[in-house]
Amino acid sequence: MKMKTSRAILLTVIAVILAAYVLFPFALVVLNSFKTQAAIVQSPISAAGASFSQFVTNLSAVVNNKNFVFWRAFGSSAIVTIISLVLLAVFGGMAAWVICRNKAKWSTAIYMVFISSMIIPFQVVMLPLIATFREVGKFVGLGMNGTLPGLIFAYCGFGGAMTVFILTGFIKGIPYELEEAAAIDGCSPEGTFFRIIFPLLKPTIVTVTILNGMWIWNDYLLPSILLGQSNPNKTLPVAVQAFVGSFVKSWDMILTAALLAMIPMIVIFLLAQKHIMDGMVQGAIK
Amino acid sequence: MTEATSGKKSLSMTLLALGTALLLVSLYCDFTKTYSGIGAMRGAFLVIGALLILAGIYYIPTVLHHRAIINCIFLFPLLFTFAVTVIIPMFVGFFYSFTDWNGVTFTRMVGFENYAAMFKEPAFIWSLLLTVLFVLVNMILVNLVAFLLALLCTTKLKGVGFFRAAYFLPNLIGGIVLGYIWQFIFSNVLTKILSSPYSALAKTNTAFIAIIVVYVWQYAGYIMLIYINGLATVPKDVLEAAQIDGASDIMTLFKIKIPMIAATFTICTFLTLTSAFKQFDVNLALTNGVGTVRGFMGARLSNGTQMIALNIYNTAFARDQYGYAQAKAILFFIILACVSLLQVRISNKREVEM
Repeated sequence: MKMKTSRAILLTVIAVILAAYVLFPFALVVLNSFKTQAAIVQSPISAAGASFSQFVTNLSAVVNNKNFVFWRAFGSSAIVTIISLVLLAVFGGMAAWVICRNKAKWSTAIYMVFISSMIIPFQVVMLPLIATFREVGKFVGLGMNGTLPGLIFAYCGFGGAMTVFILTGFIKGIPYELEEAAAIDGCSPEGTFFRIIFPLLKPTIVTVTILNGMWIWNDYLLPSILLGQSNPNKTLPVAVQAFVGSFVKSWDMILTAALLAMIPMIVIFLLAQKHIMDGMVQGAIK
Repeated sequence: MTEATSGKKSLSMTLLALGTALLLVSLYCDFTKTYSGIGAMRGAFLVIGALLILAGIYYIPTVLHHRAIINCIFLFPLLFTFAVTVIIPMFVGFFYSFTDWNGVTFTRMVGFENYAAMFKEPAFIWSLLLTVLFVLVNMILVNLVAFLLALLCTTKLKGVGFFRAAYFLPNLIGGIVLGYIWQFIFSNVLTKILSSPYSALAKTNTAFIAIIVVYVWQYAGYIMLIYINGLATVPKDVLEAAQIDGASDIMTLFKIKIPMIAATFTICTFLTLTSAFKQFDVNLALTNGVGTVRGFMGARLSNGTQMIALNIYNTAFARDQYGYAQAKAILFFIILACVSLLQVRISNKREVEM
């Protein structure tokens, strides 16, 4: 019994040390965003020189900076993420349902194309994508490059394969009798999908939304090449990059910006911790 | 019934006619290059016209083909975006890799020149080898750390939920932000603690290790969750039986737990493998690929810590050699495709054995 408790203590100590190691960068960011540049350089790990008024000063300097424009960048990120997630959930559900409920050569072919496209790294389509968006956009008179709708369009295209893959796996398990019963009762196919199938998809929709959401919110490369560093509508990761580029080694500004960029994700994580951790696992093992 | 059908029919015809008209006007402007006046509206006409046509098709009064129409309408949005953003650029890109494309136009076909050139470019070979080394090191380190963390988080520890969440936390934040935070730690905090005048990021070797440290720090928590999920599938009664038979914890681990979650090991190995190959954000923010290498293939390199993804990016955007960068990207794709095929084969083989 004695050995059991000493072992438990040892394990707890190890766990605490590891947690401290994992979390200390976050603590440093919070601590140093309360200090001036001189105090940070003087001693980055002590609380000396930290004051709330300095935090407010840093905050307002960062928020009002013309390269960062925090609220605008936050708004762009939020709009792009939310609209892309809703569209991916609805369109992905529709496509997955059609693929699943039509056992034909064409549906299998579409499914296989989706699945095999998942191994394509972004770098391969990156350069032709911006060229296509630019040329086609100019030709048909739609701003595809440098606009948020263009970016949302691209996310629907890139997120489609994974969304369909996970959702088809779930729809396969829904009994077909349910749809037959609805059809006998005079329900149209589209009604069957939106009234019966789509509500049943809810838990899986949560999973794909978390996976896509983490990716879209944090994605840097696609918005940076599609929108550009100086675009007024740039998303948060692009804004951080543009901001840091304009402030070489001004750690008071950079760390405060990093703090602002991290807060939304951490708040969401605290609210939906279990869903996020489960969703990430479900997405990986499927 | 007939009244409803005829009402639907006229609605459908109106929508189709209107949509087609708008579409034709828009296309007329496109091809005659009428970009002002009514031409300024051509984009909106195109979108509205296409939507009207879709609505018109939806209202076609047919019972027999209604299901087929719904199938098409339901598939259209995702397939269309997917084709425009993935499939078409994929083929276009494959073609461009054989040209001297500069991002806007190309003057001639160069055949396999781009592909031949990359194997003669020391900087690219360095990036490729560095990426392979990075992938191998991380595959081992991340899996080892993550598995140990998972074992720790599946013991009867107090506050285990907190530790799981804490270890997972870095995975939530984007690589750009993390890269800058760690740049601060390496160049300001660690130098102070160790009272050394040089940042770890200043030297190629230590900067490379720094990227690995950040990557493991960021990624191990995520892989840990998958291992925890795998360990939870080991049946309780098997573990109890082992305990009754007097098996030690170490023996239970090696003889029961690890063999039973072999499939999880496969998943995690390939997940770290593909993700490490694509590493870009942290590389960009932490070192930006900078680092001096003397005497590699008889050249002096300045891209000592540049992984392949960043190399492709810089080839295109810093050097404007789009066709050449595209050829590198195709090679990158081929490597990743081989890795994925290998994973499918290993997984299938295991399923047959079981």
